[in-house]
Amino acid sequence: MAYVSVKGGEKAIENAHQWLAEERRGDPAVEEVAVAQIREQLSLAVDRVMAEGSCYDRDLAALAVKQAGGDLPEAIFLVRAYRTTLPRFGGSEPVDTERMIVRRRISAAFKDIPGGQVLGPTFDYTHRLLDFRLAADGAAPPEPAPLANEPQAWPMPTIGSVFAHEDLLEHDVRSSDDAPFDLTREPMSFPAGRDQRLQALARGDEGFLLSLAYSSQRGWGSTHPLCGEIRLGEVAVEFIPEELGFPIEIGEVTLTECQMLSGFAGSAQKAPQFTRGYGLAFGHSERKAMSMAIVDRALRRGEVGEDVDAPVQDEEFVLYHSDNVEASGFVQHLKLPHYVDFQADLQLVRRLRREHFERLNPSKEAAE
Amino acid sequence: MSAAESRPNEAERYYNYAYLDEQTKRMIRRAILKALAIPGYQAPFGSREMPVPYGWGTGGIQLTAAIIGPDDVYKCIDQGADDTTNAVSIRKFFARVADVATTDNTAEATIIQTRHRIPEQPLKAGQVLVFQVPQPEPLRGLEARETETRAMHAYEEYGLQYVSLYENISAFGRIAATAGYPVMVEERYLMSPSPIPKFDNPKMDDNEAILLFGAGREKRIYAIPPHTRVRSLDFEDYPFEVQTWEENCALCGAEDSYLDEVVLDDAGNRMFVCSDSHHCGQRRAEGHVGPMAGHQLANPVAEDGQ
Repeated sequence: MAYVSVKGGEKAIENAHQWLAEERRGDPAVEEVAVAQIREQLSLAVDRVMAEGSCYDRDLAALAVKQAGGDLPEAIFLVRAYRTTLPRFGGSEPVDTERMIVRRRISAAFKDIPGGQVLGPTFDYTHRLLDFRLAADGAAPPEPAPLANEPQAWPMPTIGSVFAHEDLLEHDVRSSDDAPFDLTREPMSFPAGRDQRLQALARGDEGFLLSLAYSSQRGWGSTHPLCGEIRLGEVAVEFIPEELGFPIEIGEVTLTECQMLSGFAGSAQKAPQFTRGYGLAFGHSERKAMSMAIVDRALRRGEVGEDVDAPVQDEEFVLYHSDNVEASGFVQHLKLPHYVDFQADLQLVRRLRREHFERLNPSKEAAE
Repeated sequence: MSAAESRPNEAERYYNYAYLDEQTKRMIRRAILKALAIPGYQAPFGSREMPVPYGWGTGGIQLTAAIIGPDDVYKCIDQGADDTTNAVSIRKFFARVADVATTDNTAEATIIQTRHRIPEQPLKAGQVLVFQVPQPEPLRGLEARETETRAMHAYEEYGLQYVSLYENISAFGRIAATAGYPVMVEERYLMSPSPIPKFDNPKMDDNEAILLFGAGREKRIYAIPPHTRVRSLDFEDYPFEVQTWEENCALCGAEDSYLDEVVLDDAGNRMFVCSDSHHCGQRRAEGHVGPMAGHQLANPVAEDGQ
């Protein structure tokens, strides 16, 4: 049969995208999903898109999930490409997670801690049995969960305050008052400060960080982590407008925060003390926040005098490869034509093969 | 601005001219100037997230966006051809967001964006060739760490590269690099020419045009100003050589252009045609005829509405 060479063209691209739109919509006999339904009922997908898209906007993220047909890295890419066009009017004050309106807060370090263990909305302890009632149309909304008898503590003390009087846990100190490093404006540079690292991890792919954290747990750069605290809830975002000179509240974001505790043997100068790894993500993203905290701690191996022998401890390896928009683009660019370079390789391999056979059969060649 | 008001692309008014905001363009222009001042040096820049994926031309697109104006004439090629899908897509992007005239005529273009080729027709002063670069670091295949390779460039420590070429010779009897063949710029910086075939390497030496290289994902810009010395690495006893073919272009008969191999059937038959589609078309228009001049590739079916 004859091959028809592929000719790219505007028309072909347009038609392909029209087909894509048709596939995204699926069977037109089935009702179209609304952005509000995605925002409300696929909220964890929306959370992941906001976290890795580095843009807190539930409606935009829900739209991106819809437009991407549920492909979350594609939705993250859509949000990133939109975000980069937005003007910046300044940076907020650091959020204060101690003043979070907590929906969930647990610690694996102590049986009870000030503020208590608050289980909150969680998949933990659910039995993973498919609930076929959800497949039935028109089911009544679930009953609201019962209210606690006691109002919850606020502010909710952090794990740091539990250790404060004994100095058993290292203090997180802000290294300088300079504006934090911004990866979306400046290229990555090494050695990376903690601000650059945490930003990269916060934007990083959940699956990649999860696997790195897991590798660390299995002994590839272990940090012996213990979940000091996870909290989920809403925090106020404050901003100081230049013309006012004092902070005003401009909104509220949902955050998941994780403090991992790791041991540290200490040194001649320094008494033994627990160290920490920190994870923070937009929305309800515990898998992400926990993985991030473990990886953050593993990457601090220089500060705490650990050897580098595992991928998770190597900041160039981790930070250069954690961004799924970069990774996805580069892996998939292999779909683009490479026939000029392939022709160059083909020519070389044919030539090397010819030379190889000539070396093996010198007499035959001489006879010819 | 009256120029902006007269722009017909109403739908694109939502974005700034040529998509990027003016502050970002200034930042990129500063990086371009730095790159031109230190030929072959990889200048880091605050690469932005673009509406096309990394690896699909984000570096080249940002360079073009930073230098393009309404009076430019823009050509975009991929693998040497104007009609490859991604080139069509990028050309359409700039036609929309920069209201710019487009062409496939190499001589007519003021900005030529390219992936993997340098046009056959020599470039002239006043033209800018913008390369899309997947991996700006020529030493990356030999040393994975950026912290190491930056130091190697700083100390002009390129022994590893020569050892690698020598190992090629001991293993294969020749230097096996075929595309992205490393070059020395002004005898100072080792540079990746991007994955162009080594066939195109000599075109970079003493070129009249400005050559700009953009790597969006890796956030680096580098450049070769006009009339710069660019030397492909080699050894005295194993001199640099370019690809040659036993065949000529099947359509236009060219003996000296880079050829693509086109598979014709399952029986091993193939034809070779110019990779530079404009060069080939122009030669045919001038009356040059190859052995398969009537083949359908010479007359692609016109698309609806074009």
